[in-house]
Amino acid sequence: MPGPIRVLVAKPGLDGHDRGAKVVARALRDAGMEVVYTGLRQTPERIAQAALDEDADVVGLSSLSGAHRTLFPRVVEELRRRGLDDVVVIGGGIIPAEDIPALQEAGVACVFGPGSPTSAIIEFLRRAVAERRRGGTDGRESHGKA
Amino acid sequence: MGDDEKARCGPAEVARAMVAWESGTLAKALGRAPERETSFTTLSGLDRARLYVPDGGHDYLRDEGFPGEYPFTRGIQPTMYRGRLWTMRQYAGFGSADETNRRFKYLLEQGQTGLSVAFDLPTQVGYDSDDPMAEGEVGRVGVAIDTLADMETLFDGIPLARVSTSMTINAPAAVLLAMYVVLAERQGAPLDKLQGTVQNDILKEYVARGTYIFPPGPSMRLVTDLFAWCSENLQAWNTISISGYHIREAGATAVQEVAFTLANGLAYVRAAIGAGLDVDAFAPRLSFFFNSHIDFFEEVAKFRAARRLWARLMRERIGAKDPRSWMLRFHTQTAGSSLTAQQPLNNVVRTTLEALAAVLGGTQSLHTNSYDEALALPSEESVRVALRTQQVIAYESGVADVVDPLGGSYYIESLTDRIEAEALRYIDRIEEMGGAVAAIENGFMQREIEESAYRHQQLVESGARTVVGVNAFQVEEDTAPPLLAVDPEVGRRQVESLKAVKARRDGRAVEKALDELRRAAESPGEALMPRIIEAVRCYATLGEVCGVLREVFGEYQPTSGL
Repeated sequence: MPGPIRVLVAKPGLDGHDRGAKVVARALRDAGMEVVYTGLRQTPERIAQAALDEDADVVGLSSLSGAHRTLFPRVVEELRRRGLDDVVVIGGGIIPAEDIPALQEAGVACVFGPGSPTSAIIEFLRRAVAERRRGGTDGRESHGKA
Repeated sequence: MGDDEKARCGPAEVARAMVAWESGTLAKALGRAPERETSFTTLSGLDRARLYVPDGGHDYLRDEGFPGEYPFTRGIQPTMYRGRLWTMRQYAGFGSADETNRRFKYLLEQGQTGLSVAFDLPTQVGYDSDDPMAEGEVGRVGVAIDTLADMETLFDGIPLARVSTSMTINAPAAVLLAMYVVLAERQGAPLDKLQGTVQNDILKEYVARGTYIFPPGPSMRLVTDLFAWCSENLQAWNTISISGYHIREAGATAVQEVAFTLANGLAYVRAAIGAGLDVDAFAPRLSFFFNSHIDFFEEVAKFRAARRLWARLMRERIGAKDPRSWMLRFHTQTAGSSLTAQQPLNNVVRTTLEALAAVLGGTQSLHTNSYDEALALPSEESVRVALRTQQVIAYESGVADVVDPLGGSYYIESLTDRIEAEALRYIDRIEEMGGAVAAIENGFMQREIEESAYRHQQLVESGARTVVGVNAFQVEEDTAPPLLAVDPEVGRRQVESLKAVKARRDGRAVEKALDELRRAAESPGEALMPRIIEAVRCYATLGEVCGVLREVFGEYQPTSGL
């Protein structure tokens, strides 16, 4: 039986605005997911390592400083370096629409901008993680807590 | 006036008449058509009565008084904007010092009356642009300043003796102020006349904004060290801007914004007194910074309540004697978190309402947000509309011609009393915990704010709180407005120019200055500001100065809230 969805919410870079990250973390927890929040000022390496240690299905990245262009792709890169190719990466914050295609190209599954209801994030993650667990061939889908 | 007539105007008579109105005229109307909601609340969750009438609980001379006099409810100056309008001060900075210098000159040409510097995040947390921690962040949310050379470029062609400059800088405030002072000396500007503000408010960084470096103890030493140096050398400078703005943006209510900001203010006052300063020597240079959110009357009342409460606390609890120590002078910024990415032009209207509330609340200076700020940093066009909004309020609307024009409104006075009383309850709770530093270290303020933020999100998602364009009146978005793009090459160019500065400076002088700073930092009670000034004068970098202090003071490790 796959356990609850495991989510790492992370703040890459130096941005200190974490109202959104905390609200999303709490809404996902209220929806039955297991959520770990990294706190501020995380490097891409630390975030990827935490995703591995926490056995995360999902990594949620938040940035309001404009550093998403550099840092979101770097997180995906570090996840892949650790063999976490199928972790679902989503992003949020102040992210201009014109930046979204490049982020998706880099492996960010979806970007939720200001005003996104948390219900939309929850729905998206349930679908994406169910797909991931169905398609998983490396056995990671059984890692969830029994 | 006869006794009879007096009795007819009294509160008891009003209360009796109100009962009659409720059971007569009102009941009939409600019988025909119910109200839109069963109860009405402010954005912060305070109840809103249907109608406010004189209730007799108010003592005009005690609670309102006259502008320019204790308790300053009606304003800190006797003539307010009839004398001088508020300072129009748009926060700006992005990319390189050179680009930001051009934006400053543009804003001054457009009639802005004060400068406000936004620094990039590496500068705000004490890293040079070539530090690995600065990856992706150089020049993004503000201008990158590594050395005095960048400061020279930033203010090129701008006489510091003739502008007032606000710098949003906290953990390394002393370092940036030191650079500004050296530049002013070189321009020949008299230091005791130099006007401006450093934010220098570290406590709210732990609570809400996140750009801390050192633990609270040494941070408070840096704050009070700056107070002491300025009271001797930079007498016209605002040594701190005690900020509720970011606390509110993080999700706090209006009451929490006032309470936590003033509690932090008391902590600074006590720390400075503890460091041996006389309260009336530094308190007149304390300034504040509030948010102006979208609930119009609540915000007007909030500013009035904050002003009265600070005056009472400083006079009665702290025992300050100089009336200038009782005055809460404040800057206001409209609420970034009230802006929507959807239908961005609607943000002009939100900002106008918020700016008007700040003016009716008696602000000393104002930043109006640009309509595109939920999407990106503001463009030149959007920032002009934001400034024009202030100019329309100032020069066309007539609201600036009467002092505290909403004073005496039954509703405003009742709400002012309520916000003051509830904020004071919070402050007393915080004082019982041992003050603001303790209430931050144990996570109390952070938890209260997170709770309010989550509650607000739930109200929006359930539709109980309407946000136009987001959960009501949506449209298919067609085109985004043209946005400001920060040159992606700015980081690389900044690293190159830093390298060049390091190559041409006197390395031995830098080393000597940093050693002296280290020795001073290691002995508690030693003044730091003079050593920091000497270090930046010989082009020591911000990262080098903060690096020395990091070694001596250590770094703050937040306890994870979640």
